[in-house]
Amino acid sequence: MTREQAPLHPFRRIASDFAESRIALAGLALLGLIMAVALLAPLISPQNPYDLAQLDILDSRLPPLAQSDGGKTYWLGTDDQGRDMLSGIFYGLRISVAVGVASTLAALAIGLGFGLLAAYFGGWVDTLVMRIVDIQLSFPSILIALILLALLGQGLDKIIVALVAVQWAYYARTVRGAALVERRKEYMEAAAGLALSHARIVFRHLLPNCLPPLIVVATVQVAAAIALEATLSFLGLGLPITEPSLGLLIANGYTYMLSGKYWISFYPGVALLATIVSINLVADQLRDVLNPRLQK
Amino acid sequence: MPVTIIRRLLQSLLVLFVMSLLVFAGVYAIGNPVDILVSPQADQAEIARATAALGLDRPLAAQYWVFLRQAAAGDLGRSFAFNVPAIQLILERMPATLELAIAAMLIAVVLGIPLGLWAGLAPDSIAGRTIMTGSILGFSLPTFWVGLMLIMVFSVWLGWLPSSGRGPTLELLGVPVSFLSREGLAHLLLPAANLALFKLALVIRLTRAGTREALLQDYVRYARAKGLSETRVVGVHVLKNILIPVVTVVGLEFGSLIAFAVVTESVFSWPGMGKLLIESINMLDRPVIVAYLCIVVTLFTVINLAVDLAYSLLDPRVRLSDAAT
Repeated sequence: MTREQAPLHPFRRIASDFAESRIALAGLALLGLIMAVALLAPLISPQNPYDLAQLDILDSRLPPLAQSDGGKTYWLGTDDQGRDMLSGIFYGLRISVAVGVASTLAALAIGLGFGLLAAYFGGWVDTLVMRIVDIQLSFPSILIALILLALLGQGLDKIIVALVAVQWAYYARTVRGAALVERRKEYMEAAAGLALSHARIVFRHLLPNCLPPLIVVATVQVAAAIALEATLSFLGLGLPITEPSLGLLIANGYTYMLSGKYWISFYPGVALLATIVSINLVADQLRDVLNPRLQK
Repeated sequence: MPVTIIRRLLQSLLVLFVMSLLVFAGVYAIGNPVDILVSPQADQAEIARATAALGLDRPLAAQYWVFLRQAAAGDLGRSFAFNVPAIQLILERMPATLELAIAAMLIAVVLGIPLGLWAGLAPDSIAGRTIMTGSILGFSLPTFWVGLMLIMVFSVWLGWLPSSGRGPTLELLGVPVSFLSREGLAHLLLPAANLALFKLALVIRLTRAGTREALLQDYVRYARAKGLSETRVVGVHVLKNILIPVVTVVGLEFGSLIAFAVVTESVFSWPGMGKLLIESINMLDRPVIVAYLCIVVTLFTVINLAVDLAYSLLDPRVRLSDAAT
């Protein structure tokens, strides 16, 4: 592609390519809404579900659309403590998204570092890092997370450690693959010929060109991290009860489901599903848009 | 070829070694088991005696050696909660988990291959699109939540199937199994379907992709030109060729079914190893946790090794790429 043919800024091209799929746009809109809810949860929730003064135990386990004595409507019903489910979901979404994004960013940084190291220096560094990655990826993520949580115990910091440990290998493998391709290109040779420092070559030349595949993997991994955290919290191994993510809300409703009170588990699950599906839809389209082989 | 085998064997041994170090560090070196075992009123002399009796006063390396020797002899300690050898507890629960995993794999294959074929033969039809949308959902739906919804619909609302437990078991070659009785089968159906969901989506995608690729091949065109019926072209020429990758992936994924059974077993109170693990973690029953981790990681290492070796024997290309690196 020469400069005359491509006057568009890369971001504008990516944006217009992305918009070609209506279902991806819908996913993006849904994701935007979810992120807004997660960010603004304390401002838009009908009640603060963890302020005991606002809860009324007499309102516990009300079905969706029930009215409280004070005339408030519980759109999605209440849980066993008389908590408004809608508010609980908003706050739970906030925690789930925060944990997913934080662990993904940390894993991205670590995986990026090791992947670049392996690709740039090659030799035994490469062999060592990639062997560890291979071995780790031959075990399912939930098993690795279970081992770590069984050894470390419970807590917000521990679950983030477990999620980071599960994810870093994906980034290391992706960035190494991309970097090995980029390393052979002429601009890298030029940079080396200018006797630039290792750090400058890696961070200013190599890294930016490895980003597109990483962005795709990171997007998919945020969804995977949110799902894994919810699963672990459901099993009682993830977040403590003081930080109720969507997984804990669902676990909380498990007991009441057998008596037909479906809404305590159902709606948090719908919120979780909407989050995962919207992220996956965006990631699918990003994969196509950022793939140079599919570019027109 | 012998080099590959030796290298893979060494790698598997290394994995087991690292795992044993991790388990040792996590369970024995962090925290002091004496605090749990000795009564809170014990004085210094008693604590010292208990520490010596457990061998905890020796250097860490010596303790690790003792741990390794006992583990190799199948002694991973006694369960605090049940006071039986931990390894025996796990092995008692293993048939339930294996039965669940095998049932799930069967569902995934028996439903997944025909659905994938259908979607591959008619990718633009309504049925084809519906199957693919369904498989995307299968990837996105959190397993535990689907399990809850299955219980809600089939047990609570419709009342068709039981929501928990294994039902009555019958002995098959000395192993208790559920699937031989009607009631046991009813208990197995929901958990197996739940566990199968993710693999079902995977098998559908693999089969569909394989079918679409196979349809473009020359041998399919010639088979059609020969005037063979569509059933024969699809059933023999297409199906046979796409089965190889599908069967390989199914074999590889079997281990992950055992790992993911932890979730399904907890939802459906299925008395397998996974549910035992979660209970043990909640009760801080360390020997059982250690035994589970040792057995499952060993199982995994053996499965991975076997699949790798079988693959490099069957597919010459794998050997070539291995020699190149």
